Amino acid sequence: MRELICITCPLGCRLVVDTDEHGEMKVTGNRCVRGEQYAREEMFNPKRVVTFTCAALLPDGSVPGPRSDLPRRVPVRSTVAFPKEKIPELLDALRGITVRLPVVRGTVVLRQALGTEVDVIVARSIASK
Amino acid sequence: MKELSFDAVVIGGGAAGMAAALELDTRGHSVLIVEREATLGGILMQCIHNGFGLIEFNEELTGPEFAQRFEEDIRNRNIQTSLRTTVLDIREEGGLKAIYCVSPSQGMMRIEARAIVLAMGCRERTRGNIRIPGTRPAGIYTAGLAQRLINIEGFIPGKDVVIIGSGDIGLIMARRMSWSGCKVHAVIEILPYPSGLTRNIVQCLDDFGIPLYLSHLVTNIYGKDRVEGIEVTPIESGALMHEKAFRIACDTVLLSVGLVPENELSRNAGIELQPATNGPWVDSTLMTTMPGVFACGNVLHVHDLVDYVVEEARRAGANAAAWISGYRPERELRVKAGPNIRYVMPMRINLERENRFYMRSLIVKNDARLEVRLDGAVVRSRRLAHVQPSEMLSLMLVPEELSAAGRDSTVEIALL
Repeated sequence: MRELICITCPLGCRLVVDTDEHGEMKVTGNRCVRGEQYAREEMFNPKRVVTFTCAALLPDGSVPGPRSDLPRRVPVRSTVAFPKEKIPELLDALRGITVRLPVVRGTVVLRQALGTEVDVIVARSIASK
Repeated sequence: MKELSFDAVVIGGGAAGMAAALELDTRGHSVLIVEREATLGGILMQCIHNGFGLIEFNEELTGPEFAQRFEEDIRNRNIQTSLRTTVLDIREEGGLKAIYCVSPSQGMMRIEARAIVLAMGCRERTRGNIRIPGTRPAGIYTAGLAQRLINIEGFIPGKDVVIIGSGDIGLIMARRMSWSGCKVHAVIEILPYPSGLTRNIVQCLDDFGIPLYLSHLVTNIYGKDRVEGIEVTPIESGALMHEKAFRIACDTVLLSVGLVPENELSRNAGIELQPATNGPWVDSTLMTTMPGVFACGNVLHVHDLVDYVVEEARRAGANAAAWISGYRPERELRVKAGPNIRYVMPMRINLERENRFYMRSLIVKNDARLEVRLDGAVVRSRRLAHVQPSEMLSLMLVPEELSAAGRDSTVEIALL
Protein backbone atom coordinates (compact mmCIF):
# COMPACT_ATOMS: atom_id res chain seq x y z
CA MET A 1 0.00 0.00 0.00
CA ARG A 2 1.19 3.48 -0.79
CA GLU A 3 -0.27 6.91 -0.09
CA LEU A 4 0.03 9.67 -2.67
CA ILE A 5 -1.24 13.21 -3.02
CA CYS A 6 -2.63 13.90 -6.47
CA ILE A 7 -0.96 16.92 -8.09
CA THR A 8 -3.23 17.10 -11.15
CA CYS A 9 -5.31 19.97 -9.79
CA PRO A 10 -5.40 22.24 -6.70
CA LEU A 11 -7.79 19.93 -4.77
CA GLY A 12 -4.89 17.70 -3.72
CA CYS A 13 -6.79 14.42 -3.18
CA ARG A 14 -5.16 11.93 -0.82
CA LEU A 15 -4.87 8.73 -2.81
CA VAL A 16 -4.35 5.23 -1.45
CA VAL A 17 -2.86 2.76 -3.91
CA ASP A 18 -3.31 -0.93 -3.09
CA THR A 19 -3.56 -4.27 -4.87
CA ASP A 20 -6.74 -6.37 -4.72
CA GLU A 21 -6.88 -10.18 -4.32
CA HIS A 22 -6.14 -10.68 -8.03
CA GLY A 23 -3.02 -8.53 -7.85
CA GLU A 24 -4.73 -5.68 -9.71
CA MET A 25 -3.86 -2.11 -8.75
CA LYS A 26 -6.64 -0.32 -6.90
CA VAL A 27 -6.81 3.44 -6.30
CA THR A 28 -9.07 4.98 -3.67
CA GLY A 29 -9.45 8.53 -2.32
CA ASN A 30 -9.59 10.17 -5.75
CA ARG A 31 -12.49 12.49 -6.48
CA CYS A 32 -12.17 12.18 -10.25
CA VAL A 33 -10.80 9.87 -12.94
CA ARG A 34 -7.61 11.90 -13.33
CA GLY A 35 -6.58 10.84 -9.84
CA GLU A 36 -6.47 7.20 -10.87
CA GLN A 37 -4.44 8.01 -14.00
CA TYR A 38 -2.03 10.08 -11.93
CA ALA A 39 -1.61 7.27 -9.37
CA ARG A 40 -0.85 4.68 -12.06
CA GLU A 41 1.73 6.88 -13.71
CA GLU A 42 3.22 7.96 -10.38
CA MET A 43 3.60 4.30 -9.29
CA PHE A 44 5.26 2.97 -12.43
CA ASN A 45 6.74 5.91 -14.32
CA PRO A 46 6.66 9.23 -12.45
CA LYS A 47 7.10 12.27 -14.69
CA ARG A 48 7.45 16.01 -14.22
CA VAL A 49 7.53 18.97 -16.58
CA VAL A 50 11.05 20.40 -16.39
CA THR A 51 11.53 24.17 -16.52
CA PHE A 52 15.06 25.55 -16.43
CA THR A 53 17.22 28.27 -17.96
CA CYS A 54 20.13 28.28 -20.39
CA ALA A 55 22.80 30.97 -20.79
CA ALA A 56 21.96 33.77 -23.26
CA LEU A 57 24.64 35.07 -25.61
CA LEU A 58 24.55 38.20 -27.75
CA PRO A 59 24.92 37.80 -31.56
CA ASP A 60 28.69 38.47 -31.21
CA GLY A 61 29.02 35.66 -28.65
CA SER A 62 29.43 37.92 -25.60
CA VAL A 63 27.34 37.84 -22.44
CA PRO A 64 24.77 40.66 -21.97
CA GLY A 65 26.36 43.23 -19.65
CA PRO A 66 25.04 44.42 -16.31
CA ARG A 67 23.50 47.58 -17.80
CA SER A 68 21.84 45.73 -20.66
CA ASP A 69 18.06 45.37 -20.77
CA LEU A 70 18.56 41.86 -22.13
CA PRO A 71 18.30 38.85 -19.81
CA ARG A 72 21.35 36.69 -19.20
CA ARG A 73 19.21 33.56 -18.98
CA VAL A 74 16.76 32.10 -21.48
CA PRO A 75 13.87 30.09 -19.98
CA VAL A 76 13.43 26.60 -21.44
CA ARG A 77 10.89 23.83 -20.80
CA SER A 78 10.28 20.20 -21.66
CA THR A 79 7.45 19.97 -24.18
CA VAL A 80 5.65 17.44 -21.94
CA ALA A 81 6.33 15.71 -18.62
CA PHE A 82 9.75 14.04 -18.48
CA PRO A 83 10.72 10.83 -16.60
CA LYS A 84 11.55 11.93 -13.07
CA GLU A 85 14.60 9.74 -12.49
CA LYS A 86 16.34 11.18 -15.56
CA ILE A 87 15.80 14.83 -14.60
CA PRO A 88 19.27 15.37 -12.99
CA GLU A 89 20.91 14.08 -16.17
CA LEU A 90 18.68 16.33 -18.28
CA LEU A 91 19.64 19.37 -16.18
CA ASP A 92 23.34 18.55 -16.65
CA ALA A 93 22.80 18.52 -20.41
CA LEU A 94 20.96 21.86 -20.28
CA ARG A 95 23.74 23.46 -18.22
CA GLY A 96 26.04 22.99 -21.20
CA ILE A 97 23.71 24.70 -23.70
CA THR A 98 23.97 28.37 -24.69
CA VAL A 99 21.32 30.21 -26.70
CA ARG A 100 22.26 32.93 -29.21
CA LEU A 101 19.96 35.96 -29.23
CA PRO A 102 17.66 36.79 -30.93
CA VAL A 103 15.64 33.68 -30.25
CA VAL A 104 12.03 32.73 -30.92
CA ARG A 105 9.75 30.94 -28.48
CA GLY A 106 9.43 27.25 -29.37
CA THR A 107 12.98 26.90 -30.76
CA VAL A 108 14.24 23.42 -29.89
CA VAL A 109 17.42 23.46 -27.78
CA LEU A 110 17.52 19.71 -27.12
CA ARG A 111 15.73 17.29 -29.45
CA GLN A 112 14.51 13.92 -28.09
CA ALA A 113 16.27 14.57 -24.82
CA LEU A 114 18.23 11.56 -23.46
CA GLY A 115 16.60 9.21 -25.96
CA THR A 116 13.02 10.08 -24.95
CA GLU A 117 10.32 11.54 -27.18
CA VAL A 118 10.49 14.78 -25.21
CA ASP A 119 12.07 17.96 -26.64
CA VAL A 120 13.31 20.92 -24.65
CA ILE A 121 12.20 24.24 -26.15
CA VAL A 122 12.75 27.96 -25.54
CA ALA A 123 9.87 29.45 -23.55
CA ARG A 124 10.43 33.15 -24.33
CA SER A 125 11.10 35.11 -27.50
CA ILE A 126 13.97 37.53 -26.89
CA ALA A 127 15.25 40.22 -29.25
CA SER A 128 18.97 40.88 -29.57
CA LYS A 129 18.89 44.54 -28.53
CA MET B 1 7.74 68.61 -21.20
CA LYS B 2 6.28 66.16 -23.68
CA GLU B 3 2.44 66.15 -23.71
CA LEU B 4 0.35 63.17 -24.85
CA SER B 5 -3.36 62.42 -24.88
CA PHE B 6 -5.26 59.11 -24.88
CA ASP B 7 -8.77 57.93 -24.06
CA ALA B 8 -7.26 55.67 -21.41
CA VAL B 9 -3.91 55.04 -19.78
CA VAL B 10 -3.06 51.70 -18.17
CA ILE B 11 -0.40 51.87 -15.47
CA GLY B 12 1.57 48.62 -15.43
CA GLY B 13 2.30 46.25 -18.33
CA GLY B 14 1.97 42.90 -16.59
CA ALA B 15 -0.83 40.39 -17.12
CA ALA B 16 -3.48 42.73 -15.69
CA GLY B 17 -2.36 45.80 -17.60
CA MET B 18 -2.13 43.98 -20.93
CA ALA B 19 -5.54 42.34 -20.52
CA ALA B 20 -7.17 45.65 -19.57
CA ALA B 21 -5.53 47.49 -22.49
CA LEU B 22 -6.66 44.85 -24.98
CA GLU B 23 -10.23 45.22 -23.76
CA LEU B 24 -10.12 49.02 -24.10
CA ASP B 25 -8.70 48.68 -27.60
CA THR B 26 -11.39 46.14 -28.55
CA ARG B 27 -14.00 48.72 -27.56
CA GLY B 28 -12.46 51.31 -29.85
CA HIS B 29 -10.61 53.52 -27.38
CA SER B 30 -7.06 54.79 -27.76
CA VAL B 31 -4.93 53.37 -24.96
CA LEU B 32 -1.35 53.67 -23.73
CA ILE B 33 0.37 51.17 -21.43
CA VAL B 34 2.97 52.73 -19.15
CA GLU B 35 5.50 50.16 -17.89
CA ARG B 36 8.45 50.64 -15.53
CA GLU B 37 10.55 47.73 -16.91
CA ALA B 38 12.11 47.37 -20.36
CA THR B 39 9.67 44.62 -21.35
CA LEU B 40 5.98 43.88 -20.96
CA GLY B 41 4.97 40.84 -18.94
CA GLY B 42 5.66 41.93 -15.38
CA ILE B 43 6.41 39.26 -12.82
CA LEU B 44 5.43 36.46 -15.25
CA MET B 45 8.77 36.88 -17.02
CA GLN B 46 10.67 35.49 -14.03
CA CYS B 47 8.09 32.76 -13.28
CA ILE B 48 9.64 30.20 -15.61
CA HIS B 49 7.77 27.27 -14.03
CA ASN B 50 4.63 25.87 -15.62
CA GLY B 51 1.07 25.92 -14.35
CA PHE B 52 -0.18 29.19 -15.85
CA GLY B 53 -3.14 29.39 -18.21
CA LEU B 54 -5.18 26.30 -17.29
CA ILE B 55 -8.37 28.38 -17.32
CA GLU B 56 -7.39 30.99 -19.91
CA PHE B 57 -5.80 28.73 -22.55
CA ASN B 58 -6.76 25.27 -21.27
CA GLU B 59 -3.09 24.26 -21.17
CA GLU B 60 -0.21 24.56 -18.72
CA LEU B 61 2.15 27.31 -19.83
CA THR B 62 5.23 28.85 -18.24
CA GLY B 63 5.02 32.51 -17.14
CA PRO B 64 6.91 33.93 -20.15
CA GLU B 65 4.78 31.89 -22.58
CA PHE B 66 1.59 33.16 -20.96
CA ALA B 67 2.79 36.78 -21.00
CA GLN B 68 4.03 36.68 -24.58
CA ARG B 69 0.69 35.46 -25.92
CA PHE B 70 -0.78 38.70 -24.58
CA GLU B 71 2.21 40.78 -25.65
CA GLU B 72 1.92 39.54 -29.24
CA ASP B 73 -1.74 40.54 -29.25
CA ILE B 74 -0.73 44.02 -28.01
CA ARG B 75 1.91 44.34 -30.79
CA ASN B 76 -0.39 43.03 -33.51
CA ARG B 77 -2.99 45.63 -32.65
CA ASN B 78 -0.43 48.43 -32.46
CA ILE B 79 -1.40 49.33 -28.93
CA GLN B 80 1.04 51.98 -27.75
CA THR B 81 3.42 51.30 -24.89
CA SER B 82 5.81 53.52 -22.99
CA LEU B 83 8.49 51.24 -21.52
CA ARG B 84 11.11 52.09 -18.86
CA THR B 85 8.63 54.72 -17.73
CA THR B 86 7.85 55.43 -14.11
CA VAL B 87 4.60 57.15 -13.16
CA LEU B 88 5.18 59.77 -10.48
CA ASP B 89 1.76 61.27 -9.99
CA ILE B 90 -1.90 61.06 -10.98
CA ARG B 91 -4.02 64.21 -10.76
CA GLU B 92 -7.42 65.59 -11.73
CA GLU B 93 -6.81 68.52 -14.05
CA GLY B 94 -9.49 70.34 -16.02
CA GLY B 95 -12.01 67.49 -15.86
CA LEU B 96 -9.46 64.96 -17.13
CA LYS B 97 -6.82 62.79 -15.50
CA ALA B 98 -3.21 63.88 -15.85
CA ILE B 99 -0.47 61.28 -15.48
CA TYR B 100 3.01 62.62 -14.80
CA CYS B 101 5.81 60.20 -15.61
CA VAL B 102 9.51 60.00 -16.50
CA SER B 103 11.62 57.82 -18.78
CA PRO B 104 15.31 57.95 -19.77
CA SER B 105 14.48 58.51 -23.45
CA GLN B 106 11.53 60.93 -23.15
CA GLY B 107 12.33 62.75 -19.92
CA MET B 108 9.32 64.15 -18.12
CA MET B 109 5.92 63.50 -19.70
CA ARG B 110 2.39 64.66 -19.01
CA ILE B 111 -0.29 62.33 -20.36
CA GLU B 112 -3.94 63.31 -20.42
CA ALA B 113 -6.63 60.64 -20.28
CA ARG B 114 -10.33 60.30 -19.64
CA ALA B 115 -9.87 57.05 -17.71
CA ILE B 116 -7.01 55.28 -15.94
CA VAL B 117 -6.62 51.59 -15.13
CA LEU B 118 -4.30 50.88 -12.21
CA ALA B 119 -2.44 47.59 -12.76
CA MET B 120 0.78 48.04 -10.79
CA GLY B 121 0.74 44.61 -9.18
CA CYS B 122 2.16 43.86 -5.76
CA ARG B 123 5.46 43.41 -4.01
CA GLU B 124 6.83 41.02 -1.45
CA ARG B 125 6.77 41.39 2.29
CA THR B 126 10.30 41.60 3.66
CA ARG B 127 12.16 40.67 6.82
CA GLY B 128 11.27 44.08 8.25
CA ASN B 129 7.56 43.37 7.77
CA ILE B 130 7.68 40.22 9.90
CA ARG B 131 10.36 41.41 12.36
CA ILE B 132 12.75 38.46 12.54
CA PRO B 133 15.33 39.11 15.31
CA GLY B 134 19.05 38.65 14.78
CA THR B 135 21.98 40.16 12.92
CA ARG B 136 21.78 41.76 9.50
CA PRO B 137 24.20 39.79 7.34
CA ALA B 138 24.21 39.38 3.55
CA GLY B 139 22.29 36.41 2.18
CA ILE B 140 18.71 37.30 3.10
CA TYR B 141 16.44 37.67 0.08
CA THR B 142 12.77 37.68 -0.69
CA ALA B 143 11.91 34.57 -2.73
CA GLY B 144 10.86 36.66 -5.73
CA LEU B 145 14.15 38.55 -5.76
CA ALA B 146 16.06 35.25 -5.71
CA GLN B 147 13.82 34.08 -8.55
CA ARG B 148 14.72 37.14 -10.61
CA LEU B 149 18.44 36.72 -9.86
CA ILE B 150 18.45 33.07 -10.95
CA ASN B 151 15.99 33.11 -13.85
CA ILE B 152 16.80 36.43 -15.52
CA GLU B 153 20.05 37.90 -14.20
CA GLY B 154 21.89 34.58 -14.03
CA PHE B 155 23.19 34.61 -10.45
CA ILE B 156 22.75 31.93 -7.79
CA PRO B 157 22.27 33.77 -4.48
CA GLY B 158 23.68 31.02 -2.23
CA LYS B 159 24.30 27.30 -1.75
CA ASP B 160 22.73 26.22 1.55
CA VAL B 161 19.25 27.58 1.77
CA VAL B 162 16.43 27.85 4.30
CA ILE B 163 13.06 29.18 3.16
CA ILE B 164 10.84 31.07 5.59
CA GLY B 165 7.15 30.81 4.78
CA SER B 166 5.43 28.15 2.69
CA GLY B 167 3.82 30.44 0.11
CA ASP B 168 3.86 29.20 -3.47
CA ILE B 169 6.79 31.41 -4.54
CA GLY B 170 8.89 29.94 -1.73
CA LEU B 171 7.93 26.39 -2.69
CA ILE B 172 8.67 27.01 -6.37
CA MET B 173 12.05 28.46 -5.37
CA ALA B 174 12.82 25.38 -3.24
CA ARG B 175 12.58 23.29 -6.41
CA ARG B 176 14.37 25.88 -8.55
CA MET B 177 17.32 26.09 -6.16
CA SER B 178 17.49 22.30 -5.81
CA TRP B 179 17.59 21.95 -9.59
CA SER B 180 20.34 24.59 -9.65
CA GLY B 181 22.56 22.45 -7.42
CA CYS B 182 21.80 24.17 -4.09
CA LYS B 183 20.83 22.34 -0.93
CA VAL B 184 17.50 23.47 0.53
CA HIS B 185 17.60 22.43 4.18
CA ALA B 186 14.10 23.34 5.33
CA VAL B 187 10.94 25.34 4.82
CA ILE B 188 9.67 26.96 8.03
CA GLU B 189 5.97 27.86 8.35
CA ILE B 190 4.44 29.63 11.36
CA LEU B 191 0.92 28.30 10.66
CA PRO B 192 -0.17 24.70 11.32
CA TYR B 193 -0.94 24.25 7.61
CA PRO B 194 1.01 25.20 4.45
CA SER B 195 0.18 28.51 2.74
CA GLY B 196 0.95 27.15 -0.71
CA LEU B 197 -0.92 24.66 -2.88
CA THR B 198 -0.71 20.98 -1.90
CA ARG B 199 0.54 20.09 -5.38
CA ASN B 200 3.50 22.42 -4.82
CA ILE B 201 4.29 20.75 -1.49
CA VAL B 202 4.47 17.44 -3.39
CA GLN B 203 6.37 18.47 -6.50
CA CYS B 204 8.64 21.12 -4.92
CA LEU B 205 9.39 19.72 -1.45
CA ASP B 206 8.53 15.99 -1.27
CA ASP B 207 10.22 15.27 -4.62
CA PHE B 208 13.47 16.60 -3.13
CA GLY B 209 13.07 15.35 0.44
CA ILE B 210 12.94 18.91 1.81
CA PRO B 211 11.46 18.99 5.33
CA LEU B 212 8.52 21.35 6.02
CA TYR B 213 8.30 22.53 9.62
CA LEU B 214 4.70 23.59 10.32
CA SER B 215 3.91 25.59 13.50
CA HIS B 216 7.54 26.71 13.71
CA LEU B 217 8.92 30.23 13.94
CA VAL B 218 12.34 31.55 12.95
CA THR B 219 13.45 33.29 16.15
CA ASN B 220 16.98 34.33 15.22
CA ILE B 221 19.30 34.85 12.27
CA TYR B 222 23.04 34.35 12.92
CA GLY B 223 26.11 35.54 11.04
CA LYS B 224 28.20 38.71 10.83
CA ASP B 225 29.02 39.34 7.18
CA ARG B 226 27.13 36.40 5.70
CA VAL B 227 24.24 34.35 7.09
CA GLU B 228 25.61 31.38 9.08
CA GLY B 229 22.39 29.89 10.37
CA ILE B 230 18.95 30.40 11.83
CA GLU B 231 17.24 29.43 15.07
CA VAL B 232 13.88 27.69 14.77
CA THR B 233 11.41 27.46 17.66
CA PRO B 234 8.37 25.15 17.68
CA ILE B 235 4.96 26.60 18.56
CA GLU B 236 2.68 24.45 20.72
CA SER B 237 -0.80 25.60 21.72
CA GLY B 238 0.11 29.10 20.61
CA ALA B 239 3.23 29.34 22.79
CA LEU B 240 6.88 29.36 21.71
CA MET B 241 8.69 26.28 23.09
CA HIS B 242 12.09 27.91 23.67
CA GLU B 243 13.58 24.80 25.29
CA LYS B 244 12.90 22.91 22.03
CA ALA B 245 14.54 25.52 19.77
CA PHE B 246 17.13 24.23 17.30
CA ARG B 247 19.60 25.67 14.85
CA ILE B 248 19.92 25.07 11.11
CA ALA B 249 23.17 26.03 9.39
CA CYS B 250 22.72 27.87 6.09
CA ASP B 251 24.27 30.68 4.03
CA THR B 252 21.04 31.93 2.47
CA VAL B 253 17.56 32.72 3.75
CA LEU B 254 14.64 33.22 1.37
CA LEU B 255 11.44 34.86 2.56
CA SER B 256 8.08 33.85 1.12
CA VAL B 257 5.82 35.57 3.62
CA GLY B 258 3.13 37.26 1.60
CA LEU B 259 2.53 39.99 -0.92
CA VAL B 260 1.30 43.56 -0.57
CA PRO B 261 -0.46 45.50 -3.37
CA GLU B 262 1.77 48.34 -4.55
CA ASN B 263 -0.43 51.39 -3.93
CA GLU B 264 1.88 54.34 -3.24
CA LEU B 265 0.61 56.01 -6.41
CA SER B 266 -3.02 55.39 -5.48
CA ARG B 267 -2.50 56.67 -1.95
CA ASN B 268 -0.77 59.86 -3.15
CA ALA B 269 -3.66 60.49 -5.53
CA GLY B 270 -6.04 60.40 -2.56
CA ILE B 271 -7.64 57.10 -3.58
CA GLU B 272 -9.22 55.36 -0.61
CA LEU B 273 -7.61 52.01 0.30
CA GLN B 274 -9.17 49.27 2.36
CA PRO B 275 -7.38 47.36 5.12
CA ALA B 276 -8.64 43.83 4.31
CA THR B 277 -6.89 43.83 0.91
CA ASN B 278 -4.41 46.76 1.10
CA GLY B 279 -5.88 47.67 -2.28
CA PRO B 280 -8.24 50.43 -3.39
CA TRP B 281 -11.90 50.47 -2.42
CA VAL B 282 -13.85 49.76 -5.62
CA ASP B 283 -17.49 49.79 -6.69
CA SER B 284 -19.24 47.13 -8.80
CA THR B 285 -17.36 48.38 -11.90
CA LEU B 286 -13.94 48.13 -10.19
CA MET B 287 -13.80 51.94 -10.11
CA THR B 288 -11.88 53.46 -7.20
CA THR B 289 -13.00 56.47 -5.16
CA MET B 290 -11.36 58.69 -7.82
CA PRO B 291 -13.99 58.79 -10.60
CA GLY B 292 -12.65 57.35 -13.88
CA VAL B 293 -9.79 55.50 -12.17
CA PHE B 294 -10.19 51.71 -12.16
CA ALA B 295 -8.07 49.00 -10.53
CA CYS B 296 -7.45 45.32 -11.32
CA GLY B 297 -5.04 42.47 -10.71
CA ASN B 298 -2.68 42.27 -7.77
CA VAL B 299 -2.76 46.02 -7.06
CA LEU B 300 -6.44 45.55 -6.16
CA HIS B 301 -6.04 42.35 -4.14
CA VAL B 302 -3.49 39.53 -4.30
CA HIS B 303 -4.65 36.72 -6.60
CA ASP B 304 -3.29 33.18 -6.66
CA LEU B 305 -3.86 32.50 -10.36
CA VAL B 306 -2.96 34.77 -13.26
CA ASP B 307 -6.04 33.40 -15.03
CA TYR B 308 -8.18 35.20 -12.44
CA VAL B 309 -6.07 38.34 -12.85
CA VAL B 310 -6.76 38.58 -16.58
CA GLU B 311 -10.46 37.86 -16.12
CA GLU B 312 -10.72 40.71 -13.61
CA ALA B 313 -8.55 42.99 -15.75
CA ARG B 314 -10.78 42.47 -18.79
CA ARG B 315 -13.73 43.55 -16.67
CA ALA B 316 -11.84 46.63 -15.50
CA GLY B 317 -10.92 47.47 -19.11
CA ALA B 318 -14.50 46.97 -20.31
CA ASN B 319 -15.86 49.04 -17.41
CA ALA B 320 -13.37 51.83 -18.07
CA ALA B 321 -14.50 51.83 -21.71
CA ALA B 322 -18.15 52.00 -20.62
CA TRP B 323 -17.33 54.84 -18.24
CA ILE B 324 -15.69 56.81 -21.05
CA SER B 325 -18.88 56.27 -23.07
CA GLY B 326 -20.94 57.69 -20.21
CA TYR B 327 -22.19 54.57 -18.42
CA ARG B 328 -22.79 54.92 -14.67
CA PRO B 329 -24.25 52.10 -12.54
CA GLU B 330 -27.67 53.13 -11.25
CA ARG B 331 -28.45 50.55 -8.61
CA GLU B 332 -25.69 49.17 -6.42
CA LEU B 333 -25.91 47.35 -3.11
CA ARG B 334 -23.24 46.93 -0.47
CA VAL B 335 -21.57 43.51 -0.36
CA LYS B 336 -20.28 42.43 3.01
CA ALA B 337 -17.76 39.72 3.96
CA GLY B 338 -19.71 37.48 6.36
CA PRO B 339 -18.51 34.73 8.72
CA ASN B 340 -15.24 33.03 7.71
CA ILE B 341 -14.73 35.30 4.70
CA ARG B 342 -11.76 37.68 4.81
CA TYR B 343 -12.94 39.93 1.99
CA VAL B 344 -15.21 40.01 -1.03
CA MET B 345 -14.12 41.78 -4.19
CA PRO B 346 -15.71 44.04 -5.36
CA MET B 347 -17.55 45.56 -2.42
CA ARG B 348 -20.62 46.58 -4.41
CA ILE B 349 -23.05 44.58 -6.57
CA ASN B 350 -24.68 46.02 -9.69
CA LEU B 351 -28.37 45.15 -9.89
CA GLU B 352 -28.50 45.78 -13.65
CA ARG B 353 -26.23 42.94 -14.79
CA GLU B 354 -24.32 39.83 -13.73
CA ASN B 355 -21.52 40.22 -11.20
CA ARG B 356 -18.35 38.21 -10.70
CA PHE B 357 -16.97 38.09 -7.16
CA TYR B 358 -13.68 36.84 -5.80
CA MET B 359 -13.29 36.13 -2.11
CA ARG B 360 -10.91 34.59 0.35
CA SER B 361 -11.67 32.10 3.08
CA LEU B 362 -10.43 32.53 6.63
CA ILE B 363 -10.65 28.79 7.34
CA VAL B 364 -9.39 25.41 6.14
CA LYS B 365 -12.31 23.01 5.69
CA ASN B 366 -13.56 20.06 3.66
CA ASP B 367 -17.22 20.03 2.59
CA ALA B 368 -17.84 23.69 3.26
CA ARG B 369 -20.91 25.70 2.22
CA LEU B 370 -20.83 29.13 0.61
CA GLU B 371 -23.95 31.18 1.34
CA VAL B 372 -25.19 34.39 -0.25
CA ARG B 373 -27.63 36.25 1.98
CA LEU B 374 -29.83 39.22 1.17
CA ASP B 375 -30.66 41.06 4.38
CA GLY B 376 -30.09 37.80 6.27
CA ALA B 377 -32.18 35.55 3.95
CA VAL B 378 -30.23 32.88 2.04
CA VAL B 379 -30.60 33.42 -1.73
CA ARG B 380 -27.88 31.00 -2.85
CA SER B 381 -26.07 28.11 -1.24
CA ARG B 382 -23.21 26.19 -2.83
CA ARG B 383 -21.23 23.20 -1.57
CA LEU B 384 -17.46 23.39 -1.82
CA ALA B 385 -15.33 20.23 -1.60
CA HIS B 386 -12.43 22.05 0.04
CA VAL B 387 -11.63 25.61 1.12
CA GLN B 388 -8.41 27.15 2.44
CA PRO B 389 -7.14 30.73 2.75
CA SER B 390 -4.58 30.33 -0.03
CA GLU B 391 -7.18 29.36 -2.62
CA MET B 392 -9.36 32.20 -3.85
CA LEU B 393 -13.06 31.47 -4.30
CA SER B 394 -15.11 32.74 -7.21
CA LEU B 395 -18.84 33.34 -7.51
CA MET B 396 -21.18 34.74 -10.17
CA LEU B 397 -24.41 36.47 -9.10
CA VAL B 398 -27.21 37.60 -11.41
CA PRO B 399 -29.71 40.37 -10.58
CA GLU B 400 -32.70 37.95 -10.61
CA GLU B 401 -31.34 36.29 -7.46
CA LEU B 402 -31.62 39.62 -5.68
CA SER B 403 -35.03 40.71 -6.96
CA ALA B 404 -36.24 41.14 -3.36
CA ALA B 405 -33.61 43.81 -2.73
CA GLY B 406 -34.74 47.15 -1.36
CA ARG B 407 -32.97 50.47 -1.50
CA ASP B 408 -30.77 49.90 1.55
CA SER B 409 -30.39 46.13 1.33
CA THR B 410 -27.06 44.46 2.02
CA VAL B 411 -25.67 41.32 0.44
CA GLU B 412 -23.55 39.15 2.70
CA ILE B 413 -21.37 36.22 1.65
CA ALA B 414 -20.61 33.64 4.33
CA LEU B 415 -18.70 30.37 4.55
CA LEU B 416 -19.98 27.61 6.81
